[in-house]
Amino acid sequence: MSLYRIAVHIVPRRGILDPQGKTVADALHTLGFAAVKDVHIGRHIVVELDARDQKTAEQSTRDMCQRLLANPVTEDFEIASVEAA
Amino acid sequence: MKFGIVTFPGSNCDYDAYQAVVESLGEEAVFLWHKDHDLQQSDVIVLPGGFSYGDYLRSGAIARFSPVMQDVIGFAKRGGPVLAICNGFQIACEAGLLPGALLRNDSLKFVCEIVRLRVETSDTLFTNRYERGSILRIPVAHGDGRYTADAATLDKLEGEGRVVFRYVGGPGDADEWWSPNGSMRSIAGIVNDAGNVLGMMPHPERVVDPLLGSEDGLGIFESMLARVTV
Repeated sequence: MSLYRIAVHIVPRRGILDPQGKTVADALHTLGFAAVKDVHIGRHIVVELDARDQKTAEQSTRDMCQRLLANPVTEDFEIASVEAA
Repeated sequence: MKFGIVTFPGSNCDYDAYQAVVESLGEEAVFLWHKDHDLQQSDVIVLPGGFSYGDYLRSGAIARFSPVMQDVIGFAKRGGPVLAICNGFQIACEAGLLPGALLRNDSLKFVCEIVRLRVETSDTLFTNRYERGSILRIPVAHGDGRYTADAATLDKLEGEGRVVFRYVGGPGDADEWWSPNGSMRSIAGIVNDAGNVLGMMPHPERVVDPLLGSEDGLGIFESMLARVTV
């Protein structure tokens, strides 16, 4: 078994109102970043776990996302990185 | 009739629910500890308001896996009545007892105020003591109350008469859709497809006595008393 550090991004599903993202986008426009089209705010979760190999670690994290870390009704998730810790 | 009121770490409306049942309704109530697998032969389960597990991760996401919730889910699937208020509504959605989810208020602010609620159907276990279309004065107190579901789910809820409560504006424009949290189609409360689980963001247990400024919430408890066979 080895220790892996896996980062997950969870973001509001597209089309679902994201008031935080909208407020930040408005603030960026005020600061002069006129090119900003949209901002989405989610969360970044880092999980450290023991696993047989990288593939198993990633699959296990996917299961965690589906069961708890993300809400399948309103959020999408992606594995951002997997590295040996 | 015996009401089982679940206490999670962070629940803060469990005593209000207890008082509503015991003092105002005159029925029996017990507290159910989140770590127990014992519903104590309750006839009705109340998932109360509060901030279970500090609202960590998402409101209701952790409480949904509490030991007692596995029994509550089984109870609900067997047709047992469940009244899920505020944080309870969030937990019930996370647990899959009700469709959809409750997201951060569109204002990004916690709302704590008396709202007007229209009874959209009196044909439920929870609202048979109200006239359809009647307006209730009832408080809300939440940061994550924006009911959200996909269009197909919303259409299904409406088509099947499962939208139980909607927020409405002041007396002058009571028919106009309005919401303190940006909820889709101004939805404030829904029931599951079998009709035995009600989730609602407003707090009926806080308005059960004229001393509290309104007793418009008592009808929900009386409706259950009228229908639930013990």
